Amino acid sequence: MRSDRLADRISGAARLMFAVCVLTFTIMATMAAVSSADAQSSVRPPASGDTGFSDPSVAGQVPGNALGATSDSELWRAVKSGTAGNVSIPDKNAGMLVQYEGQIWREIHNGMVPLYGAWAILGMIVLLAIFFALIGRLRIDDGPAGITITRFSALERAGHWMTAGSFVLLALTGLNILYGRSVIIPVIGLDAYAAIAQWGKYIHNYVAFAFIAGLIFIFFHWALHNIPSRSDIVWLLKGGGIFVKSVHPPARKFNAGQKIVFWLTIFGGISVALSGWALLFPFTTSLMTWFMEIMQTVGLDVPAWLGLPDPPYSGVVEQQMNQIWHAVMSLFLTTVIIAHIYIGSLGMEGAFDAMGSGEVDLNWAREHHSLWVEELEQELDEDAAKHGGSSVQPAE
Amino acid sequence: MKAFIGGIAAIIVIAVGAAIVLDSMGFSSQDQFTSEHGSVRLGDG
Repeated sequence: MRSDRLADRISGAARLMFAVCVLTFTIMATMAAVSSADAQSSVRPPASGDTGFSDPSVAGQVPGNALGATSDSELWRAVKSGTAGNVSIPDKNAGMLVQYEGQIWREIHNGMVPLYGAWAILGMIVLLAIFFALIGRLRIDDGPAGITITRFSALERAGHWMTAGSFVLLALTGLNILYGRSVIIPVIGLDAYAAIAQWGKYIHNYVAFAFIAGLIFIFFHWALHNIPSRSDIVWLLKGGGIFVKSVHPPARKFNAGQKIVFWLTIFGGISVALSGWALLFPFTTSLMTWFMEIMQTVGLDVPAWLGLPDPPYSGVVEQQMNQIWHAVMSLFLTTVIIAHIYIGSLGMEGAFDAMGSGEVDLNWAREHHSLWVEELEQELDEDAAKHGGSSVQPAE
Repeated sequence: MKAFIGGIAAIIVIAVGAAIVLDSMGFSSQDQFTSEHGSVRLGDG
């Protein structure tokens, strides 16, 4: 209720100022992210083309009066193209001194991923700010009824917060890995950032297991309620009723928007967890080979669509593909969850109570989950008929 | 509030538990890159 009163005080002009502030922040952050993508690709020869070697083709002579034998250009050409040798150490991957595909990975990892990831996340923030400025907070049309009904049990809410809390920690520490160099180091310096990055790595590695546990928990508690139904089509066709006042398409316990977020979280979360496992235990899995082969078996030539060679992939390529996939899916999920957080808190009056106290206002429930309320009332009526009591009891 | 605290407590318990288990298994993602010494021989030999 305190959040409701706070939101009430936000006038139209204040909402506009809020949107402008978010927009300004977004533009600055985007510029920082873009500069990050450029900065991380800064290993280039000097503009003059002078590499410091007077004549690198002088009869195989090593430039710079270095000790050692003459330069074997054919050997180094082979090394550069990814030819692997033999090593006497257990890590046989060390036999490949220069991995050619690594250049492609580096371009994607340092360029496309942080750039488009920043656009996606900041774009979502801007969209939500514009939405908030134009439409404001979605109110309960008939006002609060003053009667609440239980929407989520304490166990369900604890499971939700375990998943949500671990996701936020993973997202923040993951974003630190991707953008920390350009966004945080200029502010706090290298030494402080090193400590943050080290602890961030520990948090990321170990909190990941809590996120996996959370995924399992919410799947077994809510999967049945999130099976798509015919009413979801109506809900989607009416845009969830958020763009037209007093329009509330019927929905059961979860509406179509919540179901989309649920399944994106489940499948996206599984995908991120598997690729994260592969990164945590490097060279122990063949996830990408396995996935691509299955896709090709069912007639979907995903490697060709993505411009990748056919599987199987070497251990190093597996790691690189897992890393890219982990980052892309994590950024996508972060973008989705930002919208989820908005609509579950600032964006809709009464929504936070569902995961706060677990008790929601009856009018809110009738407007946003009318079929669920009807089911509850039917159950209560049946109970009342058995025990001779009243059908709807206020929870508080 | 209790549910929120319960969820956060579960995160801490699971994360610390995972750290203890993995540590007891000798887990370190850097081990195989930093703790070995040897030679590299290029070519077919």
